[in-house]
Amino acid sequence: MIARLLEGVPRRGLVALGALLLLLLAFPAFASGYLLSVGFLILYFAFVGQAWNIMMGFAGQLSLGHSLYVGLGAYAAAALYVHFGISPWIGLGASVGIAMLAGAVLGFLAFRFGVAGVYFAILTIAFAEFARIGFDHFSWVQGSSGFFLPVANYATNDLWNLRGSPRMFYYLMLAMSVAAFVACHALLRSRMGYYWQAIRESPEAAQALGVNVFRYKMAAVVISAAMTSLAGVVFAFYYNNLFPEQIFHISRSIELILGPIIGGIGTLVGPLVGALLLTGLAEGMREVMLQLGVEVPGVKQVFYGICLLLVVMFLPHGVWPPLARRLGLERGAGGRGGH
Amino acid sequence: MPVEIYLNVAASGLLTGLVYGLMALGLSVIFGVVRVVNFAHGEMMTLAMFLTLVLFNALKLDPLVLLVPVAAVMFALGYLMQAGLINPFINRPEHSQFMLLVAIALILVNVQLIVFGPDAQGIRTRYSFDSFKLGPLVIDASKVYAAGAALVVAAALFAFFRFTLLGKAIRACADNYDGARVVGLNVKRLYALTFGIGSACVGAAGAMLMVVSDVTPAIGPAYTLLAFVIVITGGLGSMPGALLGGLLIGVTEALGGVLFTPSAKSMFAFALLVLVLLFRPQGILGRRET
Repeated sequence: MIARLLEGVPRRGLVALGALLLLLLAFPAFASGYLLSVGFLILYFAFVGQAWNIMMGFAGQLSLGHSLYVGLGAYAAAALYVHFGISPWIGLGASVGIAMLAGAVLGFLAFRFGVAGVYFAILTIAFAEFARIGFDHFSWVQGSSGFFLPVANYATNDLWNLRGSPRMFYYLMLAMSVAAFVACHALLRSRMGYYWQAIRESPEAAQALGVNVFRYKMAAVVISAAMTSLAGVVFAFYYNNLFPEQIFHISRSIELILGPIIGGIGTLVGPLVGALLLTGLAEGMREVMLQLGVEVPGVKQVFYGICLLLVVMFLPHGVWPPLARRLGLERGAGGRGGH
Repeated sequence: MPVEIYLNVAASGLLTGLVYGLMALGLSVIFGVVRVVNFAHGEMMTLAMFLTLVLFNALKLDPLVLLVPVAAVMFALGYLMQAGLINPFINRPEHSQFMLLVAIALILVNVQLIVFGPDAQGIRTRYSFDSFKLGPLVIDASKVYAAGAALVVAAALFAFFRFTLLGKAIRACADNYDGARVVGLNVKRLYALTFGIGSACVGAAGAMLMVVSDVTPAIGPAYTLLAFVIVITGGLGSMPGALLGGLLIGVTEALGGVLFTPSAKSMFAFALLVLVLLFRPQGILGRRET
């Protein structure tokens, strides 16, 4: 199993990945509270970016409404915990199930009725917006006034109920990101992964070769939704408050896709590199501005916008593919960067 | 509830819908010709509204007069955007164009947030509280004026595309890109002009909407979605479709707001969008592409 996973990955790549993993593992030892929260955010965006990438990068379906799955996952696990005291490890079953169902409904409607391209992207936004307004009026989770979890006691780490210190959440997110990376690597090399890439490059040609385009597009949406909802569960228990206006908002969906786009759509390393660059730079900039005594809301987003603009204009395949070539790591990067 | 209330609400929805329709007309014109989906449309709309606000506070002129300078400024902005940023993307994949405009939208909305602040701002005209009585109907005067102005601008736009040489040239680009180039049209310049014209529609619609509604930077993405819902409902690329879609969405939202709660009104617009996408993806007045 492990041997199969490692097959074809260049040794330099493995060494680099191992070094990165060690660095991430050791990070909390020398990082303060604030830096640790930045580290958590980076891993969070790397994870959701990886999940989004399955749909867009692997199967070529542009979703601009992934906040839907984050929100559904967050609300399901949080509501079960608050109302019935059910551990998030069990509650995440509901999160994943609901998100998969939502993804399946969206995918079925879109793919069955031939909603593609821009129309598909708009449909994903419409679903997320629909959920946002719906949850605003969903009194079981307090509607628009926000749903709160009992605030965690940082002194003890209760992994079973996800109540604990930022450090625990950091390691949890790290484990999830590593798992997502490995899973995506395996998916990309699986039969389904090759079907996805065929569909991405040319749905007609894939269909002509006998690939069940509908089924594999559905699989991409459902798997991506399930993974994204897991991030939502962690989000809920990390921040302890949920507002439909925030969690389902379109700006959340946009924020989540910036990492993989800037890092490199369809590559495995892209989402991580993108999240690292973007979150790292944005938080660094915020820190500098705080030192200078200016605090203007919106500056971070303008910075995100400019980064995105520059990358789509000058590096249409993202930062990672040219970087990987420069470092001699291109094989095994997978996807578009790979060839 | 008595029937008059529904009639009143529907009439007011129709009038607001005309203004929405003009905004969506801009999106439709741009898509119909340039084949680029302007994801920054709503953000441009709030920009036009803020411009109207600033000019109103400085000059104390009626917003429906300010419509002209605002549309002119938005035309220039649209022209420059297409000429400088979007033209190089004409032959790029769809998602790449989409992300370019997502980036522009992200920058626009947050620059507005930095410049104008997050609070809702509105203006008061001397006819803000006037109304017309028409049988059982009581209609806000400001909505009537805004809707009238929207009709005038839309009519002017139809005439432009129908009767002027430039309008014909732009339609030629939309019908056949290669053919237009073969007969010697400067397609990139015409694209820039088209984006300018679409943006001018947004500018005009923004000035009108300022008469009937407040503005915050945060509402930009909602207007983008609204414009999409309208043009997809009416038929992306169809000009009458955009106006019809505007009317439909205006009435749907208004009635939805009364029947349920006002804050849930957009759900009905989205429900309509989903229905149209599923059963008539080319829109009510759109033509199916082959």
